[in-house]
Amino acid sequence: MSFRKQAPAIQNAVDFDLKLPAIQQFALDNNIPVYSIHGGTQDVIMIEFVFFAGNWYEEKNIIAAITNALLKNGTKTKNALAINEHFEFYGAYLNTHTYSETATVTLHTLNKNLEYLLPVLAELFTDCIFPEEELTTYIKNAKQRLEVNLKKCDFVANRLIDEYIYGHNHPYGKYSTIADFDAIEKNDLQDFYQANYTNGKCMIFVAGKLPTNINNLLNKYFGNLPFNYNKELQKNYLPVCNKTKKHSIINDTDGVQNAIRIARSFPNKQHPDYNNAQILNTILGGFFGSRLMKNIREDKGYTYGIHSFIQNHFHQTAWMISTEAGKDVCNATIEEVYKEMKLLCNEPISNDELFLVKNYLMGNLLSNQSGPFQVIAKWKSLILNNLNEDFYYNSIHTIKTTNAKDLQEIANKYLNPADFYELTVL
Amino acid sequence: MIHFNKHTLHNGLKIIVHEDNSTPMAVVNIMYNVGARDEDPQKTGFAHLFEHLMFGGSINIPEYDEPLQKAGGDNNAYTTNDLTNYYCVLPAQNIETAFWLESDRMLSLAFNKKSLNVQRKVVCEEFKEHYINKPYGDIWHNMRNLAFDVHPYKWMTIGKELSHIENATIEDVKAFFFKHYRPNNAIVVVAGNVQSNQIFQLAEKWFGNIPSSENSIKNIPKEPQQNNAKFLELQANVPLDAIIKTWHIDARLTKGYYAADLITEIFGGGASSRLYNSLVKNKKLFSSINCYHFGSIDPGLLTIEGKLIKGIKMQEAENAIEEELEKLKSTLIENNELQKVKNRTESMITFEDISVESRANSLAMYELLGDAAWMNTELEKYQEITIQDIQQYAQTIFNTKNSSTIHYYSKNN
Repeated sequence: MSFRKQAPAIQNAVDFDLKLPAIQQFALDNNIPVYSIHGGTQDVIMIEFVFFAGNWYEEKNIIAAITNALLKNGTKTKNALAINEHFEFYGAYLNTHTYSETATVTLHTLNKNLEYLLPVLAELFTDCIFPEEELTTYIKNAKQRLEVNLKKCDFVANRLIDEYIYGHNHPYGKYSTIADFDAIEKNDLQDFYQANYTNGKCMIFVAGKLPTNINNLLNKYFGNLPFNYNKELQKNYLPVCNKTKKHSIINDTDGVQNAIRIARSFPNKQHPDYNNAQILNTILGGFFGSRLMKNIREDKGYTYGIHSFIQNHFHQTAWMISTEAGKDVCNATIEEVYKEMKLLCNEPISNDELFLVKNYLMGNLLSNQSGPFQVIAKWKSLILNNLNEDFYYNSIHTIKTTNAKDLQEIANKYLNPADFYELTVL
Repeated sequence: MIHFNKHTLHNGLKIIVHEDNSTPMAVVNIMYNVGARDEDPQKTGFAHLFEHLMFGGSINIPEYDEPLQKAGGDNNAYTTNDLTNYYCVLPAQNIETAFWLESDRMLSLAFNKKSLNVQRKVVCEEFKEHYINKPYGDIWHNMRNLAFDVHPYKWMTIGKELSHIENATIEDVKAFFFKHYRPNNAIVVVAGNVQSNQIFQLAEKWFGNIPSSENSIKNIPKEPQQNNAKFLELQANVPLDAIIKTWHIDARLTKGYYAADLITEIFGGGASSRLYNSLVKNKKLFSSINCYHFGSIDPGLLTIEGKLIKGIKMQEAENAIEEELEKLKSTLIENNELQKVKNRTESMITFEDISVESRANSLAMYELLGDAAWMNTELEKYQEITIQDIQQYAQTIFNTKNSSTIHYYSKNN
């Protein structure tokens, strides 16, 4: 027999003893916590400010997103061009992003340029003026972008499926319309900015080859800002689910593919079923070797890709299957998705498949903590979800010890087709 | 500075090892010197379809993915107009699994008919998802076809039309494989927590006896110099009018390429770039505008592409772009602006090198271009460009005769 028929011996990743590198903590003079991870091979650094300034905290639709997007568009002493020139001259990347609960301002730079950038960064947290002309231009362009996106079946489907699960008044379920953009006024932005950035609650995450004086530097430029770490953040929303489970939309009569979304609500990371559900999700549609990919792509060729995932929200989440499939095979695709769910409910997963998934997941965990940027991302997710490293070690423990019976129980609890919303958008 | 060791096997396969003990992982990156530019004009999309077939089982191993996943690994691949690249990442202890899998599919695929049937369908769905079912999705199909007369950059990697993929036969697949997927047409880069000696031994064991092919010299038709402006008008069911303009630029290894790359940064790099500030922010003619190129190995295209503000006339928008081109041709840029785009380039290169996967990919890319060591001198080539070079190169390429333009109108306006 050719030596090529025989697989080389492997060490089972599931036996690895993984350790999450420890995080350094430090507080600025204004009590803002700084979390940092030192390491890496390149002389680069990332500093991320996480504000509790997501759309969870807005009074009017899309204020959070627009405030965040216009942070670089003018301060008391610098116009938009001057701000952008400053960061870009030093080859730095300053990105802003809005999520449901949080909004971030992230700086990536070569270490040697760090000190030129910090003072201007600090200005963005206290001195933004949101010039009228910048706002007008932004809104006009954003409306045009929205019009283009609304032609895409996947974009429309992503909005609608969230609305069915959480309701249109919930931060996870609402979305922007042209009318929302028209209703925005400069004062809305200024008020939101004052409350949620300048005087808001914030956390700082730092990673890379950190200079030895990093704590002093951060304290020098950000330790005297009026941030308020102890700010009360009480605001509750309850999801209001749509009564109808099946929806079919024709968005573009010329369309050749349907966007398909099949989803149900799911608790959150704190729930005791979460770790097993993540493993079951991997088997269902969480990686290239998943059952949905093997059946619907690799056996039937109905789609370029099909995935399942548990949304990454703090309060409650959803378990979702997502794909784009040719319109002639749309119904067949949906049927196969339900078939795979039922199979997981009715039959235990084989030892061989479970062994593969466990090793795959452990290899992935190992790979996802191999640099400072990946390690800080892990920690950030734990900290923002009010979790600690126990959660990380519990998830590893579950991967190592779970069995076909536990997973079948989870399947019967959560993968009942009747509990799922089903949406197709042409 | 990226350190590496290099060795060539008797069959012509090049092995490069980059040791980095800060990661527990190892990357095996295999780059084949074949892309859409090597395709027959009647059988386009083949290099990319082929990439899919490489996961359909090889002569001794029925399934590629499963053994890799069992070893804690993951993998992916991509195809461009110039090359096809495969990589897997796995715990370094299990690196031999990657050698076993990759060498067997270089030795021979299984040429499984079922796999061909399914992947033809998958690629057709990919084609629809990205190029038919998306607003403006056909813009590059049209632009490549307009800008190139004879060079195979005339079509996209996904292929000219669905029928080329639908008609692919198992005989086509075999011929393509034994022509292009040979050791003397490939580069293996292994990076991560490994040792060069161990890797060279594994390479000899697993790849050493794979027969090479006769050295086939690439016979890619050369694009003649363009002597007349090209123009196309299209109408589609999209919400906004758009314009896309391209100019032929020099090949990857010439000085012109570096000047062109910096010009795309001057025009389109970030929120302080010229086109964004002048045409989006000040004149408010466009809701978005970009300037880019694809880094092609053969002479490629520099592109400016924008979506117009509703109510703005195409001619007005185009004139404003022309004005910016004129400005770059007639007035030397400030040293500061050149310094900015060089700083941005330095930063981009440094950040790209953070992940070991990306370092492995870059080493393979530079080796394919001629020498992996060029990865360490790339930045110097940008530093050598002067403000005079930028002006001269702008004068060379931004000539109407060298341009191709598409006016892409919304049917609804």
